[in-house]
Amino acid sequence: MDIQTLETYARQVRRDIIIMTAAAGAGHPGGSLSSTEAMVALYFDVMNVDPKDDKNPDRDRFVLSKGHSAPALYGTLCERGYFGREEFDHFRQLHGILQGHPDTKKCPGVDASTGSLGQGISIAVGMALGAKHTGNKCHVYTIIGDGESQEGLVWEASMAAAHYKLDNLTVILDHNGLQIDGTNDEVMSLGDIKAKALAFGYDVIEVQDGNDMKQVVDALHAPACPGKPRYIILNTLKGKGVSFMEGQVGWHGKAPNAEQAAQALKELEG
Amino acid sequence: MEKKAVRVAYGEALVKLGEENEKVVVLDADLAGATMTNAFKKAYPNRFYDCGIAEANMVDVAAGMSTMGLIPFCSTFAVFAGRNYDQIRNGVCYPKFNVKFGFSHAGITLGEDGGSHQAIEDIALMRVLPGMTVFVPSDANECYQCVEAAARIEGPVYIRTSRLATPVYDPRPFTVGKGSVIRDGSDCAIFTCGIMLEHAIEAADILAGQGINAALVSFHTLKPFDDELALQYTAKCHKVFTVEEHSVIGGLGDTVASAIIGHGVEKFLKIGINDVFGQSGKPADLLKEYELTGPQIAEKIMKNL
Repeated sequence: MDIQTLETYARQVRRDIIIMTAAAGAGHPGGSLSSTEAMVALYFDVMNVDPKDDKNPDRDRFVLSKGHSAPALYGTLCERGYFGREEFDHFRQLHGILQGHPDTKKCPGVDASTGSLGQGISIAVGMALGAKHTGNKCHVYTIIGDGESQEGLVWEASMAAAHYKLDNLTVILDHNGLQIDGTNDEVMSLGDIKAKALAFGYDVIEVQDGNDMKQVVDALHAPACPGKPRYIILNTLKGKGVSFMEGQVGWHGKAPNAEQAAQALKELEG
Repeated sequence: MEKKAVRVAYGEALVKLGEENEKVVVLDADLAGATMTNAFKKAYPNRFYDCGIAEANMVDVAAGMSTMGLIPFCSTFAVFAGRNYDQIRNGVCYPKFNVKFGFSHAGITLGEDGGSHQAIEDIALMRVLPGMTVFVPSDANECYQCVEAAARIEGPVYIRTSRLATPVYDPRPFTVGKGSVIRDGSDCAIFTCGIMLEHAIEAADILAGQGINAALVSFHTLKPFDDELALQYTAKCHKVFTVEEHSVIGGLGDTVASAIIGHGVEKFLKIGINDVFGQSGKPADLLKEYELTGPQIAEKIMKNL
């Protein structure tokens, strides 16, 4: 798919994120907006998936390990045709399929229930290992957060990914540098994350601007390195696309009010 | 009487299951020689995954593998049910993934490794998780049955096994969620689970010698629980005693209490680990220290009749 069309989808998903979180009066816009390009690129250009056949065993798998960025996933899945826009009205509401965090039992297109940080990458490792075991040629993608990378489980999973030579696994780091209590460096520094990923046995690609669609798409299409899991560092901007949210810690887990939502949607017009 | 550790039976049962069902894979966290999954490893090296000393990752890896149509059995020590609880809860039970947990070395009869390794809370932890089936086999034969049943159940299953070699009884009919009447009686009812069966039998024999006709029921499934059988013996005996190698908080005793409360219970006593941690020692000495030998159980029951 051409980059311009993908960018159009990304803009629409950003609008969806604002609409959803504003309607619910809750949710996590910041990290959703920083990871939008990655999810749009995956679902519209990279992954072998079909919303009409969403249980096809050969489909590629995606696990949103940073499950709180669910609004970006829901926007992407909706635009891709997994469910209708009317579901946005029920985001975070009783009996809705769009739970606060992705729920594989309730939402079409969601392959794992996530939200407890660190677990998604570990489940993705299991999927990739299971795929190897069964001879399934699918590829498994997961997006993790930089704050999430403070969880020990991320590194247990990384060790296993290299140990089992999971070249059918791509771990994408949404590196926006911020978490609830402040910057990564203030809360718990990740140190040299690239060096750490390399040391854990990943084939690492660093994307200078993880909100630049072409750079993201190119990285996701890079040929796999035989015998090694892939780790893509996306240097992103938290709150990307909404001026008053960009780079602001406070917009990690706060919904815009009606006025703010209107302004955000205006900024996100085509 | 032949003796065999329940964990040994677990290992043997996995091998048999592996023969019958190629979807079965086994994961361990560097304890294959203790959990007895090494038998499976030897028989099916390509279906065995050692996840290293990383129990939490093992559970979520199993969760992921189950989405590919496999039936993963995860094995480690029962005490780590606490360590990887979040993974069991959110990674497996919340999405109702088809993962089995065969956790061994439960209870104080683990022995010398001491209180840090003696799981006295795992039943409580597992029982409270929606959709989890909880098995506590009382001997090797029942363990075979539990493993076979676990593979047939679609969804998470916990199997609690023990380190110590214990008596192997004749196989009994097995239905998931149904208790087994070991002996009928009407003066009081003793409900037990797991390897405490041996000591409960001894207690019932001692009571019989004193002219007290105790019924004895063993429950291999703590969830779903056989409320009906518990109620039947409560109605018959009115005096109920539970015997378990687990904390009296959240284990068999509380399971029974929930089932029979308000149904004509005259006397109710939970016999188990009384809200304390264990310690190092020989299994037999530990059972005595925590008052779980047959004679001690019988004495407690007589005092409370």
